[in-house]
Amino acid sequence: MNIVENFDLYAPRLINKKELLSSGHRACSGCAEVLAVRLMCKALGENTVIASATGCMEIVSSMFPTTAWEVPWIHVAFENAAAVASGVEAGLKALRRKGKIDDRYVKVVGMAGDGGTMDIGFQALSGAMERGHDMIFVCFDNEAYMNTGIQRSSGTPMGASTTTAPAGKVSSGQKTWKKNMPEIMVAHNVPYVATACPSYPLDFIRKIEKAKSIKGPSYIHCFSVCPTGWRSPSHTAVSMGRLAVETGVFPLFEVENGHYRLSPDMPKQLKPIKDYFKSQGRFRHLTADEIESIQEKVTSEYRKLTEKARFLKTGNA
Amino acid sequence: MGKRVGLEVTVAVAEAVALCRIDMAGVYPITPQSHIAEHLSTLVADGKLDAEFVTVESEHSAMSAVIGSSGAGARSYTATSSQGLMLMHELLPIASAMRLPITMAIANRAVSGPLNILNDHSDIMPQRDAGWIVVFAENGQEAIDLSIQAFKIAEHKDVMLPVSVNIDGFQLTHMVEPVEMPTQEEVDQFLPPFVPHATLHPARPVTMGAFAMSDYFTEIMKAKDEAVKNSKKVILEVWDEWEKMFDRSYKPVETYQADDADVLLLTMGSMGETAQLAIDELRAKGVKAGLVKLRLWRPFPFAEIKAVVKNAKKLIVTDRAVSFGGPGGPVFSEIKSALYAETQRPTIYNYIYGLGGRDVTVHDFVGMFEKIIADTGNVAADTYVFWGVRE
Amino acid sequence: MTLKSWKELPIGCVVSDPGSASEYHTGSWRSQRPIWDDAKCIKCGICYIFCPEGCVQQSEDGFFKANMDYCKGCGICAHECWPRAIKMLEEG
Repeated sequence: MNIVENFDLYAPRLINKKELLSSGHRACSGCAEVLAVRLMCKALGENTVIASATGCMEIVSSMFPTTAWEVPWIHVAFENAAAVASGVEAGLKALRRKGKIDDRYVKVVGMAGDGGTMDIGFQALSGAMERGHDMIFVCFDNEAYMNTGIQRSSGTPMGASTTTAPAGKVSSGQKTWKKNMPEIMVAHNVPYVATACPSYPLDFIRKIEKAKSIKGPSYIHCFSVCPTGWRSPSHTAVSMGRLAVETGVFPLFEVENGHYRLSPDMPKQLKPIKDYFKSQGRFRHLTADEIESIQEKVTSEYRKLTEKARFLKTGNA
Repeated sequence: MGKRVGLEVTVAVAEAVALCRIDMAGVYPITPQSHIAEHLSTLVADGKLDAEFVTVESEHSAMSAVIGSSGAGARSYTATSSQGLMLMHELLPIASAMRLPITMAIANRAVSGPLNILNDHSDIMPQRDAGWIVVFAENGQEAIDLSIQAFKIAEHKDVMLPVSVNIDGFQLTHMVEPVEMPTQEEVDQFLPPFVPHATLHPARPVTMGAFAMSDYFTEIMKAKDEAVKNSKKVILEVWDEWEKMFDRSYKPVETYQADDADVLLLTMGSMGETAQLAIDELRAKGVKAGLVKLRLWRPFPFAEIKAVVKNAKKLIVTDRAVSFGGPGGPVFSEIKSALYAETQRPTIYNYIYGLGGRDVTVHDFVGMFEKIIADTGNVAADTYVFWGVRE
Repeated sequence: MTLKSWKELPIGCVVSDPGSASEYHTGSWRSQRPIWDDAKCIKCGICYIFCPEGCVQQSEDGFFKANMDYCKGCGICAHECWPRAIKMLEEG
């Protein structure tokens, strides 16, 4: 029995039973992103306002004249979720101060996919984080522009085949390393940055709750398996996320006021990335040499992270 | 009664906006708008205005933030100019589709390229179809009055649309003018508190900005069009109310010496005052010249335009923007299509002038009249001419 | 559902009926369905947690089942159920 199974035994009892994202949403079968959104809402609770970027989660949840949302939710455009969230936060702050709305504390959350966070939404997010709004921004990273048809983004990992960086006779897919967005957020000196994955629901929920408790900006980068875009079986969406963590491809960690902490879910010994790559169609074209060079990068990046966790841990800064 | 003070127009506008007790402003600096942002933030910093001033990192985020804030139910304001307005462009139709009563000052400035910081109307014209109410100010007093009226019009329950108040960059924004600033009591009496149609608050969870497919999109566009058209009734009511309270009149189309004029000139914005002097000069020479000033650009005042031009023989429409390879300047195109079905209408001429801050003097307007009066077919009607361009 | 005329649209197309997406039944997408073997079920609720549809519910007796109006048949519940109490059955 592994550590995940141990947690699983009591997990449901610790989770808010209320569903704030209703069934009937149009996400693909086996979508781990919508699962992550569902779990996020459970962790946030009702006193939340969400500003969403354009993307999969926006279109699957808000087919006019219906909505899957049971919390206040606004969508404006693709690149501005963080700016809209900062406006909601400022507006609510003023109204509350002036006694024009009830005095309850409402957490404002911005959300976007990897494109809406790391590419087109990057500036708005940087601005909102730098200004110090009391908000959480959650990036649901499925590593490509899935909503528009699996085009590459700066979140697409090296070697993955996408519709705009396809594997071909003279190309092995994505030619660039994935942008390290959590570190860029850490560089904004925001109070809290974390990575998460719905395959580790309690870890994810705890991180959302932590971010919610912080007055100020926080950033959560949520790894969201996309069976459609990754060409992997829908039933493996959760186990695939687990493999990404266990191989160190997507390590779970948090950075609180500059102090790094690896999540307890991280294994002592990483699994080889080929275990993670093998059942994903987007990596199928890679040669053993190519996988080996990606393995080296994953290993060295993970080593850097563990060093930070060792030297920049709480009470040691 | 308000006090008569001498203020730079941008500062006066910021003071007027503060009198409207805004809850939130999100403004990004851009010449020649920046003094509005600076003065608003000063008022907040001095505790004279209880509002959140969000120092956004771009105009795109300025508009995004005021959309979010207005959605939350806060009275929200922004201001911009030129490139900033172009950057906001994507969001303007979204703000109006969501029926958020945001108000915005536009310090009109030429759109790049080449880069130019001076006045014309090439920034507002591409925003024509955004579904906003668009008004133009001719002088500092109007800039103040329209800024205050904008909130009342935008937030009226039968309107719920964003409003932009256009103020010619530098030529108006940076003038120090004697203005009558309404008192706080007067503005409080005139402007009721903002009652939003829905808010982003957990007390009553709503979804704003839902995704609509072909089964609803046409109906949504129709509803928005009706909303913009119907706003005119409220605009007229608000202007009537303003006149009763402050004794200053506002009309969608205003005229000067137009009743018996053979030749009319049509302007928008601050050029009206210069043009008025040209009319005086021509009248002194016995020329039956008159002036039409278009204040309300959207919703377009068809009936008023038709009524004021119908007895003239010639109408010179001036434009401060170019529709490259198009039918003429944007104002000209609108006027022409407004009059197309009229049996009694003047011959319409179009001059494009005052681009990128090019000075326009009384002499220029007199020159336009003389050229058009003398025209026997040399200046083609139904096409446009760049006034004063070096050949 | 009758489509609304333009006059009937809510102002700003605000949707003020939270969770109304549940009017749409995604169960029709399904090509396979989860079947629970309660004899093997330890009531851990992992199927409930990992369901992307949020359509797995716990009965009063503590066992779980999916609301077939919404279950898209992704198979995550069966794959994640470590006592192997859930099997996916092809829809007939």
